[in-house]
Amino acid sequence: MKILTLNFLMCARKACKSSSDAFPLHPRDVELEIVETDINPLFIRNILPRVEWAALRAMCNELGLPQLSETQPSCTDLFSTENLDPDATDSEPTQTLRDLHNLLVQTCIMEGKLVCGNCGHEYAIKEGIANFLLPSHMV
Amino acid sequence: MSRPEDILPPDLFYNDTESAKYTTSSRIQHIQASMTHRALDLLDLRHPSLILDIGCGSGLSGSILSAEAPPHTWIGLDISASMLAVALERDVEGDLFLADAGQGVPFRPGTFDAAISISALQWLCNVESSEESAGGRLKRFFDGLYASLRRGGRAVCQFYPKNEVQRGMVSQAAIRAGFGAGLLIDDEGTKGAKTYLVLTVGGGDLNGGDITGVVSGMEGVDVDDSRRRAQGRDRSKRGVVEKKGSKGWIMRKKEQMEAKGKVVKPNSKYTGRKRNIAF
Ligand SMILES: C[S@@+](CC[C@H](N)C(=O)[O-])C[C@H]1O[C@@H](n2cnc3c(N)ncnc32)[C@H](O)[C@@H]1O
Ligand SMILES: [Zn+2]
Repeated sequence: MKILTLNFLMCARKACKSSSDAFPLHPRDVELEIVETDINPLFIRNILPRVEWAALRAMCNELGLPQLSETQPSCTDLFSTENLDPDATDSEPTQTLRDLHNLLVQTCIMEGKLVCGNCGHEYAIKEGIANFLLPSHMV
Repeated sequence: MSRPEDILPPDLFYNDTESAKYTTSSRIQHIQASMTHRALDLLDLRHPSLILDIGCGSGLSGSILSAEAPPHTWIGLDISASMLAVALERDVEGDLFLADAGQGVPFRPGTFDAAISISALQWLCNVESSEESAGGRLKRFFDGLYASLRRGGRAVCQFYPKNEVQRGMVSQAAIRAGFGAGLLIDDEGTKGAKTYLVLTVGGGDLNGGDITGVVSGMEGVDVDDSRRRAQGRDRSKRGVVEKKGSKGWIMRKKEQMEAKGKVVKPNSKYTGRKRNIAF
């Protein structure tokens, strides 16, 4: 599971829907892997405004990954200024863009669990797949 | 022919054997690919997007999303561990979740640009325990889907409704969740009929948030306007919205289609290593 995905995931239980502690889920006992993927600059640009930066910083802390800048990069930080048309395919990716790609898309949780900060439920991750099936009494 | 969802729950029907058979059948690969392309056309995505694939199975639909240039990024949910194991063997690009769509969509509000579901929703109407109802499962799914899409987002769900009652139940659950909804049927009346539920989330810049613009821009698609006439000119009413079509076939079909409020399309050309994940 990509770190990007973890940044969008929340506890599935109905009771946790309205709790601010149900996001982000907390990774525990995880194994990380870098999965090499082609960089997709326009995707990063599209998704960046939707990333919860504070939660991402907290996740990096919990995972022991390098600290992120305090402020969220903006879309203009992703491409070199030489080419101002961001849709131009020859626009040079900046180091910021490469770092975001590396963290959000290439860094993946392969094993471990995700814990809800509100109800304490643990979601297991095996071979990168998280089990979000809830027993019926927990739905 | 009996429908698989009448025989077994999905996680038991799609066991290791069936999942492998399903995924390696070139006939199935072909059909799933063409329906996914059709859904992608209807989504009309302008940027490489984040897409939810509900009932992603072994990733036949997702692979099409990854093959676009530039590729979309997808997250798949499926209730069958065997199907997901085949997806792992196929080394698909999307992130996979073992999850029951009838229990909701566990992502924060506004996560996805779009969602697709290919040949899965008919399974949602089945209830396996006394604690739940089909209506309740559809509600949790569509409420969750609606919230997880960003404003202006879209979802296209191809499914095989058992009958008109089931088709109506699914569409109504979507509309009740807040979606603007339209039904599009390819090859209607044939054995190969394909039903697409096209859903929009208002608040974006999409032609006022209804599917009129989505469908009217497409080659070979004619739009039935019976609902529109039935409602007068009240466009504020949420639900199925049609645009006036003028082709001759509509005249022939009008009587049949009257009051069904459907968007109708005539016949078209769209017509390794074994793994076990034990949770
Ligand atoms: C016909 S397959 C389609 C798979 C894939 N979308 C494709 O086009 O090849 C239907 C899939 O829906 C899944 N499914 C059925 N009920 C489900 C549910 N309640 N939640 C999630 N997935 C479900 C099944 O496990 C199966 O993988
Ligand atoms: Zn919780």
